[in-house]
Amino acid sequence: MEKIINITLKVWRQKGPKVKGDFETHRLEGISGDTSFLEMLDILNEQLIHEGKEPIVFDNDCREGICGMCSLYINGHPHGPDDLITTCQLHMRHFNDGDTITVEPWRSAAFPIVRDLMVDRYAFDKIIQAGGYTSVNTGGVPDANAIPIPKVDADEAMDSASCIGCGACVAACKNGSAMLFVSAKVSQLALLPQGRIEAKARVKAMIAKMDELGFGNCTNTRACELECPKGVSISNIARLNREFLTAKFND
Amino acid sequence: MYWLFNSSIGRKFIMSISGIFLVLFLLFHLSMNLTLLFSTDAYDLICEFLGANWYAIVGTLVLAGGVIIHIGYGTWLTLLNKKARGAERYASSNKTKTEWAAKNMWVLGFIIFLGLVIHFWNFWFNMQFAELIHSPNAVTQGSELVIALFSQPLFVVIYLVWLVALWFHLTHGVWSAFQTLGWNGKLWFSRLQVIANIVATVVMIGFAAVPLFFLITK
Repeated sequence: MEKIINITLKVWRQKGPKVKGDFETHRLEGISGDTSFLEMLDILNEQLIHEGKEPIVFDNDCREGICGMCSLYINGHPHGPDDLITTCQLHMRHFNDGDTITVEPWRSAAFPIVRDLMVDRYAFDKIIQAGGYTSVNTGGVPDANAIPIPKVDADEAMDSASCIGCGACVAACKNGSAMLFVSAKVSQLALLPQGRIEAKARVKAMIAKMDELGFGNCTNTRACELECPKGVSISNIARLNREFLTAKFND
Repeated sequence: MYWLFNSSIGRKFIMSISGIFLVLFLLFHLSMNLTLLFSTDAYDLICEFLGANWYAIVGTLVLAGGVIIHIGYGTWLTLLNKKARGAERYASSNKTKTEWAAKNMWVLGFIIFLGLVIHFWNFWFNMQFAELIHSPNAVTQGSELVIALFSQPLFVVIYLVWLVALWFHLTHGVWSAFQTLGWNGKLWFSRLQVIANIVATVVMIGFAAVPLFFLITK
């Protein structure tokens, strides 16, 4: 049976990075449970445009949970109350008739607000850039399985690589730490022989950039892995610590 | 070695090593306390051995260094993290189901520090310190001091509260120290958490045994 709900939205509005923002309250009626959270915001924006008001700015792109573009801190959780999904995969059936839903942008010193619910996550790109390149032999197509990789390592590298760089880990962390993101990006290469060549230089450069950009220090609260839409584990953070410490002690 | 002080993982490494050092000290301290349950004479012998002798003083200074580094770095990192979090708080708060202790390590540490001040005033000030300044009131029979203190229920309660705070601090701190050193994986995560809970519980029950024993028997 289709669920139809009426909701109240408390949405963060902020005209620009330096302007003081505040919450705005809107009523939405007759929202179907099959509506995704972002479609619900589209409906609200249409309503706002008809009323001659400014629509709410929010990030979104693929709307199938793989691009890492959508964000939103919904009712105390990054990507909303459901587990292992991004905001675009969250559906209104998770809310009840008469609910008040609070929608906020990611909050962290390293992610300044651009406008309304949109934050600047360029800091993540800077960390990736600092990581540099991996050496790949070009030329003829190599044989499959020419480089033996244990199944366990291959699986774990794939799990780490599932990070979409959305920033939910930073948004959830009381320390504004980017360690889960950086650890996933370091791990996906460190676990494979192709990534070992520059591994030491990579981990040092990425951590140096992460610190420089003003992300906090991890205190192992595990909030990141509990909120990660891709279920990236903090065992990656242990690996990152291990990679960094051995690289530094070998200097 | 400059990276130890100016990189996030370096600073966490210092927190981890100093924390492990303090846990090892707690276990050493505990083993001495437990002799009190069997023989006050044996305890007094240990107290004499650890009085104002040069090795005990060197040990005390090293320990003080560990405590100062752990508290100092803990406070500094907490302040850095508050800054990294930004000025704006979430209006809908944070509903992620994390361990309570993990998010309150500084507060728990502060309670432990307050307990430490009382503990120093109760014992160290009357024993090693008094001996060092050649005070005529210096107590060498440690057991008398312990028994006199713990026949007062108020102090037993204060020490128990202190130990509960320590228990919470250790349940997070012990596994977290290994995680920071890089010793963790999907398999070891639950093992380390179990080890942390065992260490925390052994420390709490062991230290609580002495005050409770004297409160009940005297």
